Parts: sequence; structure tokens; C-alpha cells
Amino acid sequence: MEAVVQTRDLACRYGARWALARVDLEIGAQERVLIVGPNGCGKTTLLRILATLEPPSRGSLTLFGADPSTNALEARRRLALLGHAPGVYEDLSAAENLRVLADCAGRPVPDVDAALRIAGLENRPDPVRRLSAGMRRRLALAVLWIQQPDLALLDEPFAQLDPGGIARVGEAIRNLPGAVVFASHQVRHAALLCDRAILLDEGQIRWSGAADQAEDAWRALHIERGQL
Amino acid sequence: MRQTLAIFRKDLLIEWRTASRTVALMSFAFIVLLILSFAIGAESSALQLHAAAYIWIAVLLSSTLLLDRSFRVEVEAGALHSLLLGPVRPAALFFGKALANFVQLLFLGTITIPLVIVLCDATFQGQVWVMAVALILGTAGLAAPGTLYAAMIARLQGRQLMLPLLLFPLIVPVLVAAVKATSLAMLGDPMNQAEAWLVLLLCFNLIYWCLAGVLFGRVIES
Repeated sequence: MEAVVQTRDLACRYGARWALARVDLEIGAQERVLIVGPNGCGKTTLLRILATLEPPSRGSLTLFGADPSTNALEARRRLALLGHAPGVYEDLSAAENLRVLADCAGRPVPDVDAALRIAGLENRPDPVRRLSAGMRRRLALAVLWIQQPDLALLDEPFAQLDPGGIARVGEAIRNLPGAVVFASHQVRHAALLCDRAILLDEGQIRWSGAADQAEDAWRALHIERGQL
Repeated sequence: MRQTLAIFRKDLLIEWRTASRTVALMSFAFIVLLILSFAIGAESSALQLHAAAYIWIAVLLSSTLLLDRSFRVEVEAGALHSLLLGPVRPAALFFGKALANFVQLLFLGTITIPLVIVLCDATFQGQVWVMAVALILGTAGLAAPGTLYAAMIARLQGRQLMLPLLLFPLIVPVLVAAVKATSLAMLGDPMNQAEAWLVLLLCFNLIYWCLAGVLFGRVIES
């Protein structure tokens, strides 16, 4: 299986603090990988590095068989990130955001109606500023969906969603075409969508295994820390 | 080029959707002109003599609000990351946004002229084309470095203070040349000096647009 992501001894430092250290990771073309871990363990940093938004302080990163530091644009054409912020314009409507972002990226006119149906926003022509946090989250996923990326990086895709929203977003993630890497605290929901999982703690991979065992590994970490 | 135009269209669409903010910006320029005319007093000869400077002071002060806003819309909900990962080339992002800022500043400059004529009892004794070219080159000279600095400080606390601190010293040559050319257009140009000032403005524009275009990639990715 062709690896879309390969990291060797990857590390990232903010000042004196190492946010990530010695991360070795290989993700196949159709693989779905869940990243779990406590707050501040380096999940978001890892996703931002994989998205080429942050350079690693040490180690190597290969995306789609190439070093993204030499040609970030080529890697960015094939990946998409759903970050903490929705990544849209507050003063435009959901449909306008989808058109505008595709237009700016030079992509063909997307199937806006289908994307809005996936996000459940087909009847919301008002500006994004007036949408709820959950609706914005779904819109962000619709932006990612129209890109149909070879590598989707999702940071807490279930955050701020009600049960209906979680089911809707879960279905959209299941239908994404390429590899998916996502960080989530909703381990039970997320594990159903993934093949394997890794547990990050203090910037390092503490455990790696099948996604359906992620919750046990996560619980074991809590017990080890005396938090359960 | 296609991405540049798409960014340009997107910025103008957002401005169109938030027309109340544009009206507030124009009102701000009007208030600046009003304060300046009150400060000088009723002496119409002094007002007429410095009318060109008032136009550019109003445009300059208003430009800090406009430029700050142009990147605030990009960072407030993370749209900048969506563009970079789009992927939009940094150069296209810069030229698209700088062009949109230029058009808005030009519009702002254009509407301040009749206000100055009314408030300062100013007249045109020179050539109108000099005035038009000075306005175009002057606002373009503000837009390029302003867009670069607005991007640089977009994520900083207290950016509204930082922008004038960084921008104003840099654009002094543009401001001086624009005021001189505008003044010659309004008061008359018996020595034919206006063209020299316009050439100077053109040179500064070439430097600013090229340099800012080259530096923008580093600024936006860091």
C-alpha cells in the first residue's frame, strides 16, 4: 500500500517545550487513523505539521512520497484540514463560502447543493455569522468534502455537535475518498470510523493498535495518571 | 492571475456584504476632514492652501482601519488557512488583496475630494488629470505596503496600534509626493513640477509592489 504520510523522528518545539517528539508514523492511501490523547498532548500540532502549516523542528516528513518543504503547493493540492476554526468567511453565506473558496483555489465549480445537503445547511442562506457553532462545524466539513482530498486531516470533527450532527458528520467522514487522520476526544464515535489508532501523550506515541482498542488504551492512560 | 482575480472578487464581495462598515469608514474620513477644517478656522486662504494635505491625511488615517479589516476577515474564522491549503499561491493572495484595498482606497480618496472642496472652499486651478493620476498612484502606494503590514500583524494583539506605527514611516515619501502633486493640481502648476512628482510616485509604487509581492510569501507562511 502506498504511504501518503511518512514521518521519521518528527519533533516540534515551541520555545523550550517539546510539543511533539520522536513521532514515527506511516499512513496508507486508504487508511483511517484516529489520534487520541489528553489536551495538550500534541494532536493539533501533529495535524498542523501534516497539513504543512507548521514546519517540524526535527525529523523528516514525507507526504505523497515527496518532501513538502520543497514544494508545499503540490502537497496542499491533495490534502485538506478541518481545524478548530471553521476556515470560512463570517460575512458570506454557506453557499457563497463554498463557491468563493473553490474559486480562489482555482478548482472547478463545486456541487454546492450536494455539499450543503451533506452539511444540512441547504435552507440557510444567511451569513455564517448567524449560524450556530455546530452548523459552522458542519460547513467546515462541507468545505473539506468539496475538495475530495487524498488526505483529510480532521481536528475534533465532532466538537460542538449534537447527536444528529455527529451522525451526519460521521457519515460524511465515512464517504471521504482518501486517507483520513483525525484527532478526537469522542473515542467511541471516532473508533467506528477508523482502522487503527494511536495514543499521544506529552508529544510522544504511547500506544498504537486497532481502533476498537483505543478506548481501553485511553482508559489505561487515565488510570496510570490516577485520573480514574 | 486567475487566483489573483478570484481573491480580488472575494474581497470586494465581502465589502459589498458589509456595506455598513464601508459607510462607517467614509464617515470617519468625513469627520477627520471636519476636524481639520475646524482646527484651521474660518480663514479660507489657509484652508485652500492646505486642502491637498487634508485629502491625504483623511485617506491615510482611514486606510489603517481599512487595511486592518482586510486581514481581520481572513483570520477571525481561520479562512486564511483554507486559502493557503486551497492552495492559493501567496503572490496571488497578496496581489488580489492589495488590488482590492487599492480600489477601496481609491474610492475613499475620490469621495473625499468633493468634501474638501466644500469644507475648504477649494478650487481647481491646475490640471484634473494630474489630480486623477496622483490619486491613483498615491492610493496604490498606500495599498501595497499596507497590505503587507496588515498581513504581518494580523494575528497580533494591539494590531490597530501596530499598523500605523509600522506603515506611516514607510509611506512618508509617497505621502509627500502625493500631497505635492495634488496641491499642484488644485492650486495651479506654473513651473510644470507635477509630472516630476508623479514620476516619483510611480517609482515608489514599482518598488513597493515588487518588494511587498516578494516578501509576502515569507510573511504569510511564518
